Amino acid sequence: MVDIHQFITSVEEEFEEMPKGALTTESNLREHFTWDSINALIFIAHVNVNYNVEITAEDLINSTTVEDLYNIIKLKADSSSPSTVTVPS
Amino acid sequence: MAIFPLPGIRISGIASAVPRGVYHNRDYEYLTEKEKELFIKTVGVAKRRVAPKGMTTSDLCEAAAIKLMHELGWDPADIEILVFISQSRDYLIPATAGILQEKLGLPKSCVAFDISLGCSGYVYGLSVMGSQMLTAGIQKGLLMVGDVSTQTTGPRDKSTFPLFGDAGTVTALTLDPQAAPMHFNLQTDGKGYKAIIIPDGGIRNLVTPESFTEEKITEGIERNRLQIALDGMEVFRFSLREVQPNIERMLQDAGKNLEEVDYFVLHQANRLMNESIRKKMRIPPEKCPYSMEEYGNTSSASIPLTISHALRDVIQEGKNRLVLSGFGVGLSWGSVYLETEKLVCPEIIEI
Repeated sequence: MVDIHQFITSVEEEFEEMPKGALTTESNLREHFTWDSINALIFIAHVNVNYNVEITAEDLINSTTVEDLYNIIKLKADSSSPSTVTVPS
Repeated sequence: MAIFPLPGIRISGIASAVPRGVYHNRDYEYLTEKEKELFIKTVGVAKRRVAPKGMTTSDLCEAAAIKLMHELGWDPADIEILVFISQSRDYLIPATAGILQEKLGLPKSCVAFDISLGCSGYVYGLSVMGSQMLTAGIQKGLLMVGDVSTQTTGPRDKSTFPLFGDAGTVTALTLDPQAAPMHFNLQTDGKGYKAIIIPDGGIRNLVTPESFTEEKITEGIERNRLQIALDGMEVFRFSLREVQPNIERMLQDAGKNLEEVDYFVLHQANRLMNESIRKKMRIPPEKCPYSMEEYGNTSSASIPLTISHALRDVIQEGKNRLVLSGFGVGLSWGSVYLETEKLVCPEIIEI
């Protein structure tokens, strides 16, 4: 999983209308995104394609800041990472 | 697991028909200008074909079949199987396949039946009809697949109204021992049956006066119980989760890798969804054709319609290796690898 600053850069690239540098770790998501169905789909698709993590609309709604959302994604990414899976010998 | 090869069946031709009437989504007053722009760019449907009241899927399939049989030089008397796949049949009873058998002048010795599937229907249909032709030794068959979805979308439901378009298609299959085997992977998850549903009008919930009462589900989504309800988020997540492994497992069974495939024709559900699947699978954009900008989500017709629309020139020339993948209502999904050679593929017919 990339660090939070790389995550922010990738989100800013995905949402073309968003000026570079608009988001910080403390940014309030609701001030930058309206979670109507299409924007939510774009975000869910972005996370799925780039980090192979499935997030839900609830994950978006329940996150206040960019950092909150990043932590949810990171937790899911780390828990599905092959390095954390115990392989029976 | 339903992962299997099907030898001895060749696609000889594909034809598609659409209604003449065009609906431009920029004219949809229920969305703001900004919403329209975002919808057209992200979901990918700029316009779509809409059948007038009374025009059925079978009317579209019939027009396509007459054209295709003429171009193939097929005599209706030689066709021994007709399978009609749709979720918008002519009547609740009887099956539509028999009506088409009679209209097209096919013999009484012809096997004819319906299958009720949507987005995955084309792939399932190739498997069912091909298998029956192989076991029964049937030489020629017509697979008729399509939907008129626009009659059952609520005009004040922004999650479905601007999405769907109408189309009917026909695919001619021939028994041919020399044909390269098709390879299928078919799957189902009925847990998600409510994700795309028309709740009333079947036997579970008979039509009552309340069926016609429009309910406000959320802002921008009002519909009655005879109109389609779509949980877009659920279908989106299902598709991102299931399509890639389904195709990869099928190709593994077929002994092919992604580079050996010329075109991936995906069900035209939602441009963002298809692009996400394409990027995850690292398929170059030129191998992933679209028809939804022009025709919308045409349900079961979307795969053959995309071939008619976007691959007509290449499919008529030489050999092509295709992966077709349908996914959605059911939840039902499946993919097939197949090879084509000089298909007969007339221009899309308008009626």
